[in-house]
Amino acid sequence: MNMILMAVILVTVIGLIGAIILVMASIVMYVPVDERVEQITGVLAGANCGACGCAGCADYAKSIVEEGNAINKCIPGGAKTASAIAEIMGVEAGSMTPMKAVVACSGTCEKTSKRYTFEGISSCQAVKGLYGGDGACQYGCLGYGDCTRACAFDAIHIVDGIAKVDREKCTGCGACAAACPNHVIEVVPEHKRKPVVLCQNKDKGTQTRKACSAGCIGCMKCAKACPKQAITVENNVAYIDQEKCVGCQLCVKECPVGVIHVPANM
Amino acid sequence: MAVELAVIFFSMILVDNYVLVQFLGICPFLGVSKRLDSAVGMSLAVTFVMVLATAATWPIQMFLLTPESGAWDMGYLQTIVFILIIAVLVQLLESILKKYIPALYKSLGVYLPLITTNCTILGVTVLNIDNGYNFLESIVCAAGAGIGYLVAMVLFSGVRRRVEEAMPPKCFKDLPITLVAAAMVSLSFMGFGGIVENIFGV
Repeated sequence: MNMILMAVILVTVIGLIGAIILVMASIVMYVPVDERVEQITGVLAGANCGACGCAGCADYAKSIVEEGNAINKCIPGGAKTASAIAEIMGVEAGSMTPMKAVVACSGTCEKTSKRYTFEGISSCQAVKGLYGGDGACQYGCLGYGDCTRACAFDAIHIVDGIAKVDREKCTGCGACAAACPNHVIEVVPEHKRKPVVLCQNKDKGTQTRKACSAGCIGCMKCAKACPKQAITVENNVAYIDQEKCVGCQLCVKECPVGVIHVPANM
Repeated sequence: MAVELAVIFFSMILVDNYVLVQFLGICPFLGVSKRLDSAVGMSLAVTFVMVLATAATWPIQMFLLTPESGAWDMGYLQTIVFILIIAVLVQLLESILKKYIPALYKSLGVYLPLITTNCTILGVTVLNIDNGYNFLESIVCAAGAGIGYLVAMVLFSGVRRRVEEAMPPKCFKDLPITLVAAAMVSLSFMGFGGIVENIFGV
């Protein structure tokens, strides 16, 4: 009985002393933290993707409160997060269009072919270093998934030889665009009707045609069809100015190789 | 005396490495070794806490739990008391760092609370008692264990980088191949058996 009592007292006393020390420490060494920082960190996307330009979500929250950083920089969080931060900070939220990644390449396995068989490390960066990539078209998606590994949201995957963006999951943070050695991925404002040219081949039409059956040949048909002059053909590849585009989709119907698509409907 | 301490120190690093030979603290070993900088951060934090925890628990064991006068013997309370001490110590350390060395707090930040439940810390404090080390020997042993942990983490983060880039069969992807790699590294440490005794001629 005596031993049990002794043990109980010993552990209790050690625990109590520890508790007292900790309580004292927390009072003496109290570091004032602006509670808005924690609240904002809570409403941010929490992926630490770095799209805002800060080193992470906590860092961005801190810079909003302490340095007056803009509140609509969290692209993954979108308008919802911006308005939540606005509520915490007591200011108006700026408007935000959701941004989504678009893979500007249509060269799936059946449309294009390989120049050689690559058996090195499974990385776009590596294959790009060997004669500019193993694809017949040296501008297109390499298909080794550097973007998949860069994505924090599991929103981009290699399907049928090229990267495919999951429109639901994509937050437009641009991590995949930065990882792509061929710069095939662009982050554009998501619009239900506005199309994008899904090819970046800058070779002349005949060469493009040989490499890939779904490549922009620079035929100018889309540019002529566009009622708003939103389409320009430069370096043998068409480009649609999203500002000027009104979403009539005449170019989609005109394109002989079918590389103009509305990403939102894919 | 110095030779004895050196033997303890180096055998903790090479021969009795806590992670690779005694298989303690495997969880952070696999979890935090992905990147070199976080591996080093975690190891330094572990070393720091190990030395501190040993300095705190050794006197408690010797004077409180099993006093030499033999008035009572409560060695069976060792585990629970040591865990309590380590938890308090880590919490205290965290608030001290937060207040006075914010830069260090920021770099160790995530790892400090993790260490509270790290079995290597409890392991080193308990084994110091079991081996009958005196206070100085215990501290040296704890420091050696920490450095050994650092060596294991740094070595393995290098191995891990190669493993990440390799293309193992699908069934071995991620964790299985990492465990196999860890086994190989551990096996290589078996080769250090007896080296310290021979160098110092003990």
